[in-house]
Amino acid sequence: MSSPPVIPDRVARFPFPFPEAHYRYSTNVEPARTPVRTAAGEWGRWLIDADDGYRDELALRAQILAADPSRMVSAPHMADAAWDTLLLCLGELAAAHPEEMVLHRDGAVYRWCNRRLDEERHFRRGDADSLGADPLAYAGSQVQEDIVLLEQREGELWAEAGLVTFAADWSLAFDIGMTFLEIHGPVPRVHVEGVIPRAHAFLLRLQPDAPYRRTNWTMSADPRLDQSTETYPEWGPARERALVDPAAVGQLQLRVEVQHLIRLPTSGAILFLIRTHLLSLEALMTVPEWARRFAEVLRELPADIADYKGVAGLRAPVLGWLEHPGPGAASRERQSRSAARSPT
Amino acid sequence: MSTPEQRLCVATIRRTGTVAHLRLGPSDGRPLGSFTPGSHILIQTPASVNAYSLTGPHVDPGAYEISVQRHRDRGGSAWLHQLSVGHTVSVSGPVSGFAPVLSAAHHLFIVGGIGVTPILSHVRAAVTGSRSFEVIDAHRPGPAAHRDELTRLCGSRLTTVTDRGALLQRLTERLADQPLGTIAYLCGPAEMMAAVRALADRLGWPAERIRSEAFTGVALAPGRPFRVRLARSRRRVAVAAGVSLLEALETAGIAVPHRCRQGVCGECRVGVLAGRPEHRDLYLTESERASGDALMACVSRCLDDELELAL
Ligand code: HEM
Ligand code: FES
Repeated sequence: MSSPPVIPDRVARFPFPFPEAHYRYSTNVEPARTPVRTAAGEWGRWLIDADDGYRDELALRAQILAADPSRMVSAPHMADAAWDTLLLCLGELAAAHPEEMVLHRDGAVYRWCNRRLDEERHFRRGDADSLGADPLAYAGSQVQEDIVLLEQREGELWAEAGLVTFAADWSLAFDIGMTFLEIHGPVPRVHVEGVIPRAHAFLLRLQPDAPYRRTNWTMSADPRLDQSTETYPEWGPARERALVDPAAVGQLQLRVEVQHLIRLPTSGAILFLIRTHLLSLEALMTVPEWARRFAEVLRELPADIADYKGVAGLRAPVLGWLEHPGPGAASRERQSRSAARSPT
Repeated sequence: MSTPEQRLCVATIRRTGTVAHLRLGPSDGRPLGSFTPGSHILIQTPASVNAYSLTGPHVDPGAYEISVQRHRDRGGSAWLHQLSVGHTVSVSGPVSGFAPVLSAAHHLFIVGGIGVTPILSHVRAAVTGSRSFEVIDAHRPGPAAHRDELTRLCGSRLTTVTDRGALLQRLTERLADQPLGTIAYLCGPAEMMAAVRALADRLGWPAERIRSEAFTGVALAPGRPFRVRLARSRRRVAVAAGVSLLEALETAGIAVPHRCRQGVCGECRVGVLAGRPEHRDLYLTESERASGDALMACVSRCLDDELELAL
């Protein structure tokens, strides 16, 4: 391992998603809570944990929700699943941070204590008044993950509820009421190669005691988390600028989602959690193995996948930059420190 | 693969006729997981691995409750019947394969005899969730397991019939008069389930709106033991029932790349040189299966006693 003191925490725990030199869509699911060693550190020991972006990201989510309530969809028939979600999220947080967070049950009353946020609540499952909030909204105020809930019926999975503020170019409001297969309609290649039908069969028989996860990745022009379809005018143009301004290339972000796939115990619904991690190319350059591997992957990426991910136009400038880091690289030291996403 | 790997302790045992009711509690005080209504657990008995529906509360249960009908021809049930308080048994986590449809407008439960067991947790969830439901219950005249509790939970939403003619008549009325969005849940003797399905079909019910519990289809069966010969390393490895080929190879110190252990990711593909694989994955195409020259080591097994692998 490289010398620990110079690796900032968010680099050390970044879920670098390229175990191989080429990338293809695959049904890349693996058991959750399995630590993965990377060239810079480790990720994946916990199903949910709170990192150094915790408070900022939660504040940002609250702001986005207040401005656009359509980012959350709840439904009466998914209430049981929302309670399942809340209890699962709090339980996982408490497992990862026992010194700061505690979930305790005494008979029918749960006590949740979160010192990071100075929160303490006593509530009963199914009783939103005792919680003082909608269970889904409250879950979203305690975990950095975006949340989608799917119901299984008639051999299909339907997206019925969720809370998504950090989408990468999609929209919860648009996808609600659609099936898993419909939602993945726009993804190229996957149907031909069977990835999505296999994922579907896998999800239909997922069992509560065996949570799974997968990673997905894309690139974005700046460290903005909210890149939902609704706000394209706010983030789209920055991506275009990076195409023509070499100085902006080092600021491009490798955007990696760690997605968890969980069968909820009492409702039987599927919980899909999406946690977004960002790392600037300049920070990526501080780990030579990652820079080399990312260049290999980009160079080899098939055109339709590159198009779908919106990285087709970025490929040449990024590869050029990774081989000969431009003026931006001089400030690498500063970069790796400020690589933390700014909450705007 | 769900296997019975948790040790639970018999907390109470009680009988109704030929049915034994067991409460299985944690032997180490750790809380048991909540489960989806309609779930079952697998229990290891000396004779076999048996599935039993969980009949008790499904949210934060203090114990897993099961009801075991005594069968003469099945060793497992007789063994469970002779257990007493304090004995420990090996149990899997709850397996869900008969879950409620959350968005259903109305739930119609059709029960026959001991088939009441997976329906109890459904009914309890429907009551606490204020869901619209009714139960049609068929059993032989006289006392039958769990009927007091069912009556208490359902009140006027329960209809009881004690012969086949009355069941079919009642069902004909109720099935004909259902709003779109009703889901029917069926659990009882195979012969009764077939009769109900035939009737529903005649009344124009789409098959997807009738769900039945058959205790199959969700967890992969443990499978029979077999052996593998490894062509390159010239080694032999035995694969026991309930152990995957991938696990057996790992235990023998032979690394095979893998990711999902569920037969979907495609990483653990191994070449087959001789023997007929029993394919249980979702990855290989039909033609790849037919050619029989590769298998997915995490889930697939052998139709005969031995396979030769390109390892
Ligand atoms: C094993 C499970 C899954 C697999 C293998 C899978 C695979 C994929 C792939 C390959 C893409 C294209 C992504 C890209 O190139 O950037 C994608 C996109 C997407 N997935 Fe999944 N996915 C899974 C589960 C889910 C679930 C449970 C949801 C829940 C709703 C979901 C929602 C989406 C959405 C919204 C997109 C973007 C589609 C668009 O462009 O509109 N995925 N998925
Ligand atoms: S490990 Fe994924 S198919 Fe076997």
